[in-house]
Amino acid sequence: MKASTVSQRIESEGKIMSNTSAVLEMPEQSFAGLETRGVHAWFGNHHALSDVSLQFPARTVTGLIGPSGCGKSTFLRLLNRMHEFIPSAAMAGEVLLHGQDIYGEGVDAAAIRLKVGMVFQKPNPFPAMTIRENVVSGLKLAHIKIDNEDDLVENCLSRAGLWKEVKDRLNASGGSLSGGQQQRLCIARSLAVEPEVLLMDEPCSALDPGSTLRIEETIKELAEKITVVIVTHNMQQASRVSDYCAFFLSDGGPGALVEADQTRKMFTNPNDSRTADYVQGKFG
Amino acid sequence: MSGISIPQPTRPWQRKRREQIRSGATFTAMAILAFIVVLFTGFAGFDGWAISLFIISAIVLLIKGRKLSQKERKNAFIQLLIASAATLAFLPWLSIFASVAMKGIAGLRINFITSDMRTTVPDDEMNMGGALHAIVGSFMMVIIASIITLPLGILSGVYLTEIKGRFTFLVRFVVQSMSGVPSIVAGLFVFTTYVSATHGPTAFGGALALGILMLPTVARTSEEVLKLVPDELRSAGYALGARQWRTTLMVVLPTVRSGLTTVAVLGVARVIGETAPLLLTAGSSTALRFNPIHGQIASLPIYVFGLLQIGTEYAVNRAWTGALVLMIFVFGLFITARKVGGKDKR
Repeated sequence: MKASTVSQRIESEGKIMSNTSAVLEMPEQSFAGLETRGVHAWFGNHHALSDVSLQFPARTVTGLIGPSGCGKSTFLRLLNRMHEFIPSAAMAGEVLLHGQDIYGEGVDAAAIRLKVGMVFQKPNPFPAMTIRENVVSGLKLAHIKIDNEDDLVENCLSRAGLWKEVKDRLNASGGSLSGGQQQRLCIARSLAVEPEVLLMDEPCSALDPGSTLRIEETIKELAEKITVVIVTHNMQQASRVSDYCAFFLSDGGPGALVEADQTRKMFTNPNDSRTADYVQGKFG
Repeated sequence: MSGISIPQPTRPWQRKRREQIRSGATFTAMAILAFIVVLFTGFAGFDGWAISLFIISAIVLLIKGRKLSQKERKNAFIQLLIASAATLAFLPWLSIFASVAMKGIAGLRINFITSDMRTTVPDDEMNMGGALHAIVGSFMMVIIASIITLPLGILSGVYLTEIKGRFTFLVRFVVQSMSGVPSIVAGLFVFTTYVSATHGPTAFGGALALGILMLPTVARTSEEVLKLVPDELRSAGYALGARQWRTTLMVVLPTVRSGLTTVAVLGVARVIGETAPLLLTAGSSTALRFNPIHGQIASLPIYVFGLLQIGTEYAVNRAWTGALVLMIFVFGLFITARKVGGKDKR
């Protein structure tokens, strides 16, 4: 994607802004469908995340930044109901997908996760499956019929930037790839189910610079079609790939949202001095 | 092509060949010395030889130790202790296998695995009759028991590791106490509930008793195996929008396919040599039979047991051969499991 189109889109879609207590209204037509309202998270008695309200515009990349333990991964896992797999976990607030609360009564968590995919920090391809089987595993797992498997595999692997490297060994085990390739395989696997939103939890933290760059390109290409939310500890990465940034911070108590804005503004002229300190590497 | 000369690949971390030969020679010398000690002193037999060898190597170590540093001396001493302990643990197995093999090998002829005892009395020469009926009976019962038990046991493992339902504690408790049930009690249970309610001992009755003994082993080991699956893989499945049972079926279980094969083998190995419960539930027979729900059936352990009770020379010989065949089957099972398990790890 060219840089100009990114900025044009940002202009046209307006901006998201929020602080810990209030959400600034955005133009209605630009709103993509994923939004949180006053979200809290607990692990047992530990209040991990406090009152986060954010909106994720369609077909943009939002970076979640902040020091370790500020609740950004917890927040990410709340967005596709992965939070609830931790036995002591609890939450409050609303996560709206197309205006419907995904924690509402009678909502099928599995169906939500089909629409809101996730890529994990550690590459986790299924070791008992081949590369090809890994790509289509999401569809098989969710009982979705596949019309043309070969095309789908090629399409997803190409979009994840892995096709050229593995096209001659699709029947090799997913575990035989390098770490960076495994992570791109996991991205391809997430894309096969055609999610509307893709959540990425520090997808490059275990990878070398080359693979990181390749995945960042992949993320930018993905944003032409889907909404991406990415947690990262790498400020350069956040500034390179994201259109919007949200800064989380914990001052000893629960993590909270400090500021969210266009990435350019967050990195050049943020409203909050703590954001400026963090993005300039003065702490965290 | 290029001017670079490629050096010979070496393994500097391994001991030099000269050292290997020297330590091998030292060990041989010590073994011979121990044998001489056995010949000329009160120590007798294999045990005496092993004890003398241990004492001699300790003495040699003391003599050599004068040249070594404190640390090296300590290291050599601990190495000797560990090697002796390992040998000690290995000896019972070796002596069982050796004695069964030596006494049983004479009767291991083709006719032993191709004919039954229908027209042969136990006192006949070893070139007549065989244990085909017992081998078939044992296999039949083990297969039926596996068909019943493996799905149940693996499902209990899945319940304990994947579903983690309200009864986890209860299930684990029952499984643990079931593994302590004496095998004769399992036999009695099947005898009172099934065998006496139908037409007496059958292969199916025997299989039920074996299944009761197999179930806790299978459930416990499959729980252990399933615990090895990293949670990241489950998360990956859920994050793709899969339901729990699909994730379990398509991700978790295939990941530990080789482990589950081992589970099956362990379960079978646990029960294939069981004798007591089969006395009550399967009975015995001298003829090859295939009907699992009608008529008594022979099995290898009962075959061995029965012949030993007769006690005449040829009968006892047959019993040893039967025991050897049983042991070969168990080892064969373990080797197969290893092979299958190895193939899985790509």
